[in-house]
Amino acid sequence: MATLEIRDLHVTVEADNATKEILKGVDLTVKQGETHAIMGPNGSGKSTLAYSLAGHPKYTITEGTVTLDGEDVLEMSVDERARAGLFLAMQYPVEVPGVSVSNFLRTSATAIRGEAPKLRTWVKEVKEAMERLNMDPAFAERNVNEGFSGGEKKRHEILQLELLKPKIAILDETDSGLDVDALRVVSEGVNRVRETGEVGTLLITHYTRILRYIKPDHVHVFSAGRIVESGGAELADKLEEEGYEAYTKGGASA
Amino acid sequence: MAEAQNIPVGSTTAGSIAVAAESTVVSRMSAPPSFDVADFPVPHGREEEWRFTPLERLRGLHDGTAVATGEGVKVEVEAPEGVTVETVGRDDARLGRAGTPVDRIAAQAYSAFEKAGVVTVPKETVLTEPIRIAVHGQGGIAYGHQVIELGAFAEAVVVIDHTGDAVLAANVDYILGDGAKLTVVSVQDWDDKAVHVAQHNALVGRDASFKSVVVTFGGDLVRLHPRVTYAGTGGEAELYGLYFTDAGQHQEHRLLVTHNTPHCKSNVAYKGALQGDDAHAVWIGDVLIEAKAEGTDTYEMNRNLVLTDGARVDSVPNLEIETGEIVGAGHASATGRFDDEQLFYLMARGIPEHEARRLVVRGFFAELVQQIGVPDIEERLIAKIEEELEASVA
Repeated sequence: MATLEIRDLHVTVEADNATKEILKGVDLTVKQGETHAIMGPNGSGKSTLAYSLAGHPKYTITEGTVTLDGEDVLEMSVDERARAGLFLAMQYPVEVPGVSVSNFLRTSATAIRGEAPKLRTWVKEVKEAMERLNMDPAFAERNVNEGFSGGEKKRHEILQLELLKPKIAILDETDSGLDVDALRVVSEGVNRVRETGEVGTLLITHYTRILRYIKPDHVHVFSAGRIVESGGAELADKLEEEGYEAYTKGGASA
Repeated sequence: MAEAQNIPVGSTTAGSIAVAAESTVVSRMSAPPSFDVADFPVPHGREEEWRFTPLERLRGLHDGTAVATGEGVKVEVEAPEGVTVETVGRDDARLGRAGTPVDRIAAQAYSAFEKAGVVTVPKETVLTEPIRIAVHGQGGIAYGHQVIELGAFAEAVVVIDHTGDAVLAANVDYILGDGAKLTVVSVQDWDDKAVHVAQHNALVGRDASFKSVVVTFGGDLVRLHPRVTYAGTGGEAELYGLYFTDAGQHQEHRLLVTHNTPHCKSNVAYKGALQGDDAHAVWIGDVLIEAKAEGTDTYEMNRNLVLTDGARVDSVPNLEIETGEIVGAGHASATGRFDDEQLFYLMARGIPEHEARRLVVRGFFAELVQQIGVPDIEERLIAKIEEELEASVA
């Protein structure tokens, strides 16, 4: 069973000619089949955690370890991490002009699976996955994320999640900017992947809204660069009622 | 560091278009057009038309010190039946009809060539196979002149391939009869040391269509000057260009479309990728709409993709309009860097770095390659782009 282990992770970023520590000792274990929600106020470092795990060059790991089934993730390049089974659904997916969605998906699937998927089954696979996400077939011929609406971008991220079948999926604020209908479609996509039991999910969100559609096994409150409280789904209900205030204030004096 | 000029999209309503006053496309050249090299002073490098060109790398083409050698270039023409291929002397009346040299090197070429090539497609002859002209450098210095003439309603595709090593200055004339259709693909696939300076003059007949595809990959210094004028109403010119400028290369494309006749169209689209230290691409896109050219429809565009630090692009679109009675006129120029966020996004989907770069560059050129309309050339260009990327990324 695939396991992602994050131990005492410290991460800095260069900003305005100064080095700023964003993550201050994160400990977390995500196992295949589990869903962990990471919740926290803006600026608490949630997205930094997501991008650091994926290997974005902007972030420097200063301390700690990250392993996937015992393999050192931090030693891997960005593409190696993806091929090892990590997937990051981005909050702000990047436009890639001149590269069609269909070409991108096939190139990506070829890289992840280690061989080019057979054309006939692949076309069918993509078509069906797109239908499930209510995506127009014409979408496949558009350039990656170019001119996509916010909802289209997020559906495209989840389409990739469904096709690439990672061991660990990190969803960085996938719910942000979505109306209720789009949120439902996207959540159903995530749930289909979760139901296979093959993926461990790290759901990063600011709002509790998405947790009505995607039920987490564990909820962690993130504040000032670390996890300050962990619990079950009931912790989300508490946050829904009380907000993050207790943590941001408490965090400052603790 | 990469130095990239960024000129935002312009249109007929933007302030970036010069409405002709004292300074015009023609008058800002340092001398009027002439066939005689003696009419042009030796450039010193500060002239408008020379300011981007490293004169010291012209190997004497600009100052009269480059004397033609025996081993210049070897020209071979392969033409389907019905096409006349001739080699003629300097006094042939068909030479120089499409345009007059506008700078010292073009005039030097015209003053110094010994024999000219003339390829004629008779009227109403529609070719199904391309005419292929192979210009192979033998390591020497050469001056050349080539004429390609299509009679009325003739249709032809001409592929001119430049390979090997040479110092070459030339003028190429394209003369299109009424209703003729000509596609010319000029490929500059020179060895690393080659120097190539040429003026292309197209004279587009009434209702004729001219399509020029300029593809520049090789050479130490390549400076091309494609120019279009119209001999009658209803003419169309499409000028496409694609260049891949590597470390140390200077590739300069200077275009001028002169709308001197009513109801003609022109469309210019050049795209280039640059990589490596001192890779330098220059694109000058001039369009002049004369007062009598009512009903003109024109658009010009240049895009550059800077793949690494150390490369430089100068991109200067210029549109001069002497009449308001036109269908449309616009221009756009943009230079962007290869985006690290794009790279991250693609790599985060398991795609290795070199493949991610290839995907982006191929995508950048794809839309332009598809405009060529000659399948075997399109395939060859894609393969060539791959090869360039392979060499650089590896």
